[in-house]
Amino acid sequence: MDLGINVFEMVIYLVGFIAFAAANAAYLVWVERKGAAHIQRRTGPKEVGPYGLLQPLADGAKLMSKQFIIPAGVDRPLFILAPILTMVPAIMIFVTIPFSETILARDFNIGLLMILAFASVNVLALLMGGWASRNKYAVISAARVVSQNIAYEIPMLIIVITIVLISGSMNLTEIVAGQAGGILHWNLLPTNGNFLGPITFIIFFICSLAETNRAPFDLGEAESELIAGFHTEYSSMGFGLFFMGEYANIVIAAALTTILFLGGWYSPLPESIPYAGASSVVWFLVKMYLLIWLVVLIRWTYPRVTLWSLLNLSWKILIPFSLFNLLASAGLVKLLG
Amino acid sequence: MSSQPLSQNQERFELNLGPQHPATHGVLRVKLLMDGEYIVDAEPVLGYIHRMHELMGENRSWAQYLPNMGRLDYLSALSYNLGYVELVEKMAGIEVPERAEYIRVITTEMNRISSHLLWFGAFVLDLGGFTPLLYAFDDREQILDLLEAVTGSRLTYCYYLFGGCYNDVEDDFLSGCLAFVKRLRTRLPMYHNLVTKNVILRQRLEGVGPVSAEMCRKYGATGPVLRGSGINYDLRKNEPYSIYPELDFDVPVYPEGDSMARFMVRMDEMEQCLRIIEQAIAKIPEGPVMAEKVPKMIKPAAGDYYHAVEAARGTFAIRAVSDGANQAYRMKLRSPTFSNLSLFQEASRGMLLADGLAFMGSLDLVIPEIDR
Repeated sequence: MDLGINVFEMVIYLVGFIAFAAANAAYLVWVERKGAAHIQRRTGPKEVGPYGLLQPLADGAKLMSKQFIIPAGVDRPLFILAPILTMVPAIMIFVTIPFSETILARDFNIGLLMILAFASVNVLALLMGGWASRNKYAVISAARVVSQNIAYEIPMLIIVITIVLISGSMNLTEIVAGQAGGILHWNLLPTNGNFLGPITFIIFFICSLAETNRAPFDLGEAESELIAGFHTEYSSMGFGLFFMGEYANIVIAAALTTILFLGGWYSPLPESIPYAGASSVVWFLVKMYLLIWLVVLIRWTYPRVTLWSLLNLSWKILIPFSLFNLLASAGLVKLLG
Repeated sequence: MSSQPLSQNQERFELNLGPQHPATHGVLRVKLLMDGEYIVDAEPVLGYIHRMHELMGENRSWAQYLPNMGRLDYLSALSYNLGYVELVEKMAGIEVPERAEYIRVITTEMNRISSHLLWFGAFVLDLGGFTPLLYAFDDREQILDLLEAVTGSRLTYCYYLFGGCYNDVEDDFLSGCLAFVKRLRTRLPMYHNLVTKNVILRQRLEGVGPVSAEMCRKYGATGPVLRGSGINYDLRKNEPYSIYPELDFDVPVYPEGDSMARFMVRMDEMEQCLRIIEQAIAKIPEGPVMAEKVPKMIKPAAGDYYHAVEAARGTFAIRAVSDGANQAYRMKLRSPTFSNLSLFQEASRGMLLADGLAFMGSLDLVIPEIDR
């Protein structure tokens, strides 16, 4: 292992990913606000810069210049640690995500496992933040977040196992490579040989919505019930980091969905078509941002579910379905493969 | 407050909901005793914006008290205006010209729609759906613009006077109202498609917060809460006042008693309001809008007077005792949501916190009216 080059490369990638995550978090807030405004027939941010494009910078400057209030009686170390702990694993996950054949920090054989492992640290951070806040609303929210995430990690993992079974690898690059050759070869569609592709995708998408605490599953935040949930007591960049972590997780969820189901960086068109048929990072980003837009659209359309119906959906519908899906896919792989 | 001792494996805690909380829509405080996510007991604590409106009624002349009516239920202020001026007209024996009656009904019903629209938006917001709020506000804005043109204010109206209305409406207002009726008729199906038919919404409302007819009677609940529990009681039909007997409209009643029933009652009521407005505009006669001889100083004969009207949230009643002076000897206001809120404690026992807040939203609380 050529350590010198690798260290240099790693630093470049790390800086790049931190910048990517931060820029995405900042501008997805802008997209969300602007998108919500158009859905609701408002104008949204428009004063700071053209089309309000500088609004995220102004927000960031404002958050950073505010005092980080630590209320009396909180569990100080945990209270400070929690927002950091939401952001760090999110950045770490970016290391394993292949944006194209060449834009990839480390090619892990167990990349998929690593993403899921780091993603589950996020729950711990939210629990810590809620617990340390010494606020009853925050504690209720933390309890909700934990039960929600445990419930939805199970069907998500079963779906991931299904995909691993189909593509025969946990290496994300290989999973994408298995979907080369146009839209008909994506894991999403039954034409790939797996008849249950669409169901798998829908279950995975619902789970990723729940895992990222997005509406209609935003029970942890539930602003009309729990004020602001686990980050009720946070101010300044403490709140800012929770906020950025949420959007970084949305980017990760969308990127993972793109890799697992939508053929990663491959074009939906056959390779024989010039330009549009070529595979590149552009296709990856297009697919990812379309998924993110879908997430935004869902948030501004549907009301919130209650805790029980959320858990029922997972334990009574999604888990049995995904188990059945796993068995059926295994049978299909055995028969056809 | 139930005072059961804490068992070892069942730790309960108190949760202060409000006075500053996004779901209470005002300075209401509810002291909740929680068992995890379940509400064991809920005790509404009132008085955070008590302004002594009843005492004010005993300290100022009949006419001076009129603007106070806009400050009780600020969302359907005209119903309160109407209730009060009709009471004083009854006491002093003032005849109101017919055109004024029609104007009163049209503006009151417009106000009722705007109140229901705001409730609709805020209620769906309580359930976590943000977008319908802004659509509802868009419609409400049209009403406020129309009412502003005739009443001069947008929220705390003081438009009716003893013996008529402050000023006449123009044809622009009437045609504007008709245009609005047309507009809302196209918008309501959209709301039903977007909100009422949504499976998440139905799941959250159906069977949640059951209020029996018996419980309504016990606590004196009125308005959509009562009609959502299967009792057909609307003062516009049961104790008719103004020109309501001349108009043809239905009273929507749903027997289920859950939050969905209360939701549907209000949604259907908006359609009935549109019918009332249409008929009233078609029938409105020409003529004066003020009675000829209204005394400047009103001194009703000594006695005990009572008048009730159907406000957007239920029965608003005033009982005034006069000793023949220029001001009331005793003034008692009966506001609908005070009674509607008082059943919250009994009905919310054993509910989830999220359901409890959805239930509270379905009661359509306006806090300044509870505290007065």
